[in-house]
Order: sequence, then structure tokens, then C-alpha cells
Amino acid sequence: MALDKWVARWLMVVPVALALHSGVHAETVARYGISMADIPLTTGQPDRGAGAYQFTGHTIYDPLIAWEANIGTRPGKLIPGLATEWKVDPKDQKKWLFTLRKGVKFHDGSDFKADAVVWNLDKVLNDKSPQFDAKQSAQVRPRIPSIVSYRKVNDYAVEITTKEIDALFPYQLPWFLISSPAQWEKVGRDWNKFASQASGTGPFKLDKLVPRERAELVKNAGYWDKSRLAQTDRVILLPIPDALTRANALLNGQVDIIETPPPDVLPQLKSSGFKLVTNVTPHVWPYHFSTQPGSPWTDIRVRKAANLAVDRSGIVALMNGLAVPAYGQLDPTSPWFGKPTFKIKYDLAAARALMAQAGYSPSKPLKAKIVIAQGGTGQMLSLPMNEYIQQSLAEIGIQVQFEVVELETLYLHWRSGAKGDINAGKGITAINLGYVTADPFYALTRFADSRYVAPNGVNWGGWSNPKVDAELDQIRTTFDVKAQDKLLAQVHQAMVDDALMLWVVHDVNPHVISPKVKGFIQAQHWFQDLTTIRM
Amino acid sequence: MFSYILKRLLYAIPIALSVTLLSFMLVYLAPGDPLNAIAPADAPADVIAALKSAYGLDKPVPVQYGMWLSRAVQGDLGTSIASGRQVVTEVMSAVSNTLLLAGVAGFIGVLFGCVLGALAGYWHGGWIDRIATFLSVIGVSVPHYWLGLVLTIIFSIWLGWFPAMGAGPGGSSEWLWDYDHIRHLVLPAITLAVIPMGIITRTVRALVADMLEQEFVIALRARGLSNRAIFRHIAKNTAPTVLAVAGLQIGYLMGGSILVETVFAWPGTGFLLNTAIFQRDMPLLQGTILVLCMFFVGLNLIVDILQPLLDPRMGR
Repeated sequence: MALDKWVARWLMVVPVALALHSGVHAETVARYGISMADIPLTTGQPDRGAGAYQFTGHTIYDPLIAWEANIGTRPGKLIPGLATEWKVDPKDQKKWLFTLRKGVKFHDGSDFKADAVVWNLDKVLNDKSPQFDAKQSAQVRPRIPSIVSYRKVNDYAVEITTKEIDALFPYQLPWFLISSPAQWEKVGRDWNKFASQASGTGPFKLDKLVPRERAELVKNAGYWDKSRLAQTDRVILLPIPDALTRANALLNGQVDIIETPPPDVLPQLKSSGFKLVTNVTPHVWPYHFSTQPGSPWTDIRVRKAANLAVDRSGIVALMNGLAVPAYGQLDPTSPWFGKPTFKIKYDLAAARALMAQAGYSPSKPLKAKIVIAQGGTGQMLSLPMNEYIQQSLAEIGIQVQFEVVELETLYLHWRSGAKGDINAGKGITAINLGYVTADPFYALTRFADSRYVAPNGVNWGGWSNPKVDAELDQIRTTFDVKAQDKLLAQVHQAMVDDALMLWVVHDVNPHVISPKVKGFIQAQHWFQDLTTIRM
Repeated sequence: MFSYILKRLLYAIPIALSVTLLSFMLVYLAPGDPLNAIAPADAPADVIAALKSAYGLDKPVPVQYGMWLSRAVQGDLGTSIASGRQVVTEVMSAVSNTLLLAGVAGFIGVLFGCVLGALAGYWHGGWIDRIATFLSVIGVSVPHYWLGLVLTIIFSIWLGWFPAMGAGPGGSSEWLWDYDHIRHLVLPAITLAVIPMGIITRTVRALVADMLEQEFVIALRARGLSNRAIFRHIAKNTAPTVLAVAGLQIGYLMGGSILVETVFAWPGTGFLLNTAIFQRDMPLLQGTILVLCMFFVGLNLIVDILQPLLDPRMGR
């Protein structure tokens, strides 16, 4: 071979080889503009609601029982997490035995064993324990209300006892995440220090935390679940609370993914080549009626008429498509939707007929005061949507007056129940609050069980149906999932048939992604799996 | 001079106290509950009660304020309710970012304000004056939020010259004087600079126009002094007033425009205040307000010290 040909060949081969080599080792980075003003807590139990679990919850940490969040074509289900199996003790159905996964290590290298589970339960439930953290406890205690005690059986088995027999108990556990006791000791038993040097068993490790600015998560190459190894080397979470700023950052190429885009910027985002990703989401935007004596909503005909008076497609259009019509508390794709006989739709004539039967008309209107929020998380476009419904209800003779408050104040109204002075004393007979409907308790039990009226719970309107109460009791003692689903569907049917609420729309948890982002799967849940993201 | 500075420092104490007391009361009067920042909406009553006790929120408001104040005078501003982090750390990190932004914005505002104002004042009634007046009116009137968005749309999205948000590449705020970081600073600094620029332009214009009519200027002209020499005299006479106005304006900028910092996701005091207000995070809000108040008082003190140096008549 002539020398010049040999040189030329090498001159071609070497740069190609170098490029391929650097390509193999180039770190892939996904930058995610999140809608929160700060990075959610990184100590184990994220704050800032269900949506925060995808960022600093199920990324850094694992639960005993996980939620299948890497599928978008159907609702997910409970799957093994740090527990490979769980079963109820046939002799005492309050006792649950969890078999723990072997060979799992925390990011700090320490072993995951039963002691760590007990230690973490103490962390959030036992205020006498040195590791008790009031902030983490506040986040998760309301989500694991059934637990009364727990103990280590052996290094790889833990027993948890519930207050009452509760077959739905496993649904509470994806919320409870396991931090590393060894790391907590290592950082001087200080949760604030732990926050920036976090250690869990999850698919990502926390590499860097700059409060209010960013968190950098790096792939945990030694993750125990090889099917869920992170597809991106690094995920950078950037808090950008202003929706327009988030959209601008995406358009400008500073981030690759954003959540909750402003509806009016969507056309521009789409025309610029970005992809809108939405899915059925466990969320509903309803008017929760008071069924207490004296409330105009005690008449089922009025409740049904209100449901028939709203053109939900108009609300969806108002949201620029970022919502889907609600036909009940749950989306029809839910296994717990059932077959309600009352079909929720837009039927003005039927609504007017029902109102006439109840003795009302546009000239003799029913008057109702409803407490609503100015805006805030989960409230979608609160004021425009409420005004739309106000007009819709006026057409059938329901004159709505709004009590507009801050979201925090709305929570006070909610926790107080319809009978509370803050509501009854002001003549408030319905409340508009977006509800998370992620599991049977959150979707159904807390609203349908007559024993959950304030101060015991958030059955705000005091709805009481002995048949439903009996079904809920039956669900608590039914350990077969299919039978559970059937009973839950019956409860939902009863709620819809009784028009317990005016159901308007479900959120679709919109995300917008850059064309560079591949493999982004939006689960039908608030829990999302960031391990599937590829760049 | 020493007693003068001491006196000014002592004046700062009641001002700071009044500001913190007022902000404390205003936040308590506002609707909402700080516990919502740390507890889910459906948290049971015992969890709420335990948290209230843990954060001292179960005590009467005057007691809470007293406790906060007694710690603050010892340099402990407490911990943020929402994040659990030390308020001092949070505030100082934000202050450094805002100092940078306000410093650059202040520099732009003062420089352009003085130049435009001087030109407009010297040729008052002419087309330069009209342009300067128009620009200063725009600067004072245009909402920050809107201007920030417009600049972002033009220079970030359409032209792609500058980033749309953040204080550094990848969201980093570890400041370096390099090309990438400076690019992040340009749009928020210009957005923030328009108000001081507008106000200083108007002030300088009025002063220069007034000075030109003064007898001493006429006398200087009669003596045959050059325009440059006359302008030096005018500048000397206008400096104390301009300094006072500029000092005030930079003080306002230190407050970190909440809207500008929110639009550009700039991690400064405005962004921090915004978060603290929304979360009813009392310790964070109080700490931020106190630190900003101290900056404002300090800045005024510097202006008060400099003014007599520039104009000895003021010290008499």
C-alpha cells in the first residue's frame, strides 16, 4: 500500500473512531423544568403533594410495594418493590408479613434489611425515636393511616399490624419510602444534612442539590431491578414555578421536558416541533355537595340536574384540550368505574325537567353558595371554569354565588366539613376542590364512608349510604384483588347514581417534551417513572 | 463624622424593628396557614397539632414575634418552615444573586439615566429631549413582567441570543464572569434597569435644565469657560441629588423585583420572597425582609455619608 493511501486511510479512520469512542462515553442529560418553587424534600418523603414523588421520591428511594408507573396504555397496578411478596396472616388479618428483597444496597453501600424498614417506620410514626422527622412524618402519616405497629421478624421479613382489618392496606405503601439509616448516622443524625447527601435504594442517586435551583440525579448503575435501570445518565430537575417561563425555557432549549405548560402557549409549542404528552390522570375537578339538612343539594333531582347542565366539552375547549370530561369520580377506563345507571352528559332539557320536578325554574331559581379557590395546585383554571359552570347552572335555574378564597383557606373549609361553622355559618353548601383519586381510599372511601365526616375525614358533605358503608366494610375484609375491584366498582356506581358530586373534568397531567427526548412514558397516575427517559 | 454615622446607625434600629413587626402582622392577617406548606391538605388534626407545636405556631402571635426577635438579635434567623433549611443560608445565597443583578441593573440604570438626562437637559425642548422623555416615561410606566416577557420572546426565542431563565448554565448559580454566565444576566438586568433609568433620566434632565438657567452658569459663560468646564460645574452641583435618587433606586432593586426574578427564574431575594409569601413561610419571610431592610438602611447610610463629601454645604 502506498504511504499516502495509508496515511489518508488513517486520517479518515482515526477521527471516526474517536467520535464513536466519545459517543459511547458522552453523558446523556435530561433537563426537566418542574412547576414547583423548590426541589421537593430529598430526605425520603417528598413534600409538595403526589406529583413530587416522581422527582425526589421514586427516583432516589424505593417503597416496599411499588406502583407500576412505566406503562401508559392502561392503569398501573401494585408490584413488588423492596418487598418481594406480602401476605396477610390468615389467623389474624390485621397482621401483614412482608418478605424483603435480598442483595439490595443503599447508595452509601450499606445493606437493606428488616432493621431499615423498622427504622424508617419509626422515622415517620414514632416521635420518641431519635430519627423521627416531623416534616417527613407530616407528609406520609396521612397516607399510611392503617399502621398501628410493626416488628422485625428476621433480617428479611417484617410484620406490620393494621388498626383494623384492611385489605386495601397495600395501596398505602407506595407512599412510604425507605431512607438509609447508615447514611443518617454518617451525616451526624441530621436530616438537613441528609437532604443534600441523600441515600436510598432507588434507580437514581442524588448527585447535587442546590435548594430552590436544581437537583441533579445520576443513574444508579447498581440498581437491583435491571429492567428499570435509568436510560439517562443524569436528570437535572429545575424548579421553574412560572408556567410561561417554563415554556420559554423549553422553546429556548434550556430544558428538555416541562410539566403543566400554559394552555395558551400550546399551539406555539406544537408548531415549534415539541410534543404534548397527556394521559388519563387520577384527578377530578368536582363540586362536592353538602347533603346536610337545609342544603339545596339534598334533593337528588337537583344534584342530577346540575350534572346534566354542564357542557364538559366547552370546559375542555376552555382548557385548550388539557382536560377530559368526567363521567364520575373516576375515568371510565378505571377498573373501579363500574356500570352506573345515571349517565353523566350534557342534556339541558333533561336537566330543566328535573329542576321543574324539584320545584325550580329560571324564574324561580334555587340559590346556592359555593366556596372556590382563586387558583392553585390541582385547581386548573379555577375562576374561568367556575364562571362557565355558574352560567351553565343559571340556565336551569340554579343561581350560584361564589365565596372566593385562597387555596390554603379552601383547605380549612374542606377539613371543617359542611357542618363546620366556617361553611354552615356562611351558608356554604358546596365546595370546589380538585381531588387526587390515585387509589381506592383517595378516590372512593374517604368520600363515601359515612364515618369519615369531619373531624374524622373528608366526607365533606356528610353523604351517608348504609349499603355503601357495608360494601366498604366488605372491601376491607376482601383480600382477593378481583373481588375487591368488583366491590369498589359497586361503591363508585352508588356514588354516581346518587350524584354525590357535580363531576366536571379530569386533569390530563400535561407534559411537553423536546424532540430529543425519547421513551418518555406518561403513566395513568401522579407517580411517573423517570427511568424510561432516553436522550 | 463618627457621631454622625453612629446616629444614622441608631436610626436604623427602630426602622428595622418597625419593618419586621409590620411584615409579621401583615402575614398573619393574610389568609392561609403556614402549615399547608408542610402538611398535606387532608392531614389529620393530631398531625397538624404536633406540627404547630414543633414550629411554635401554637403560641400567641406576640410571643412568636418576641421569640423570633430574640433569636434574630443573636444572628439566628431560624429555619424555613417549608424547607427546614437555615434561613441565614437561604437568604445569603439569594442576596448574593440579587446583589449581582441589582448591581449590574443599577449600573446600567445610572449610566444611561445620567447620560440621557444630561443630554435632554442640555438640549431641553429639542428632539433629544423628546426622545429621552419618551424613553423615561416608558421606563417608569411599562410593567416589568410584561417587558421581561417581551424581551424573552424577542431575544431568547426568536433570536436565540440569550437564555430565557436561570442564573447560569444548567440552572447553576455559582457565578463566574464568563460568557455563558453573562448571557444569563443580560435580559433580567436590562428589564430591571428600565425603572431607575427612567427616574434618573427625569431627575438629571430637570436638574441640568434648571442649572443652565442659574446665574452662576451665565457668569461662567460670560467668563468664556468652555462647555466642558461649565458641564463639570453643573455635574458637581447635581451630583448630591442624583446620588440620593440613585441610592434609593438601587435600594429598591435590592428588594429584588419579585416579578422580574420570577419571570427569569433568577434565584434572588425576589424569588425567595415570592416563595415565602405563597408558602406563608414566616421565618423565611421575616429573615429575608430583615436582611433587605438592613441593606436598604446601609445603602441610605452610604448615601448620607457621601452627600456631605460631594457638597460641603450639606454637612454644615
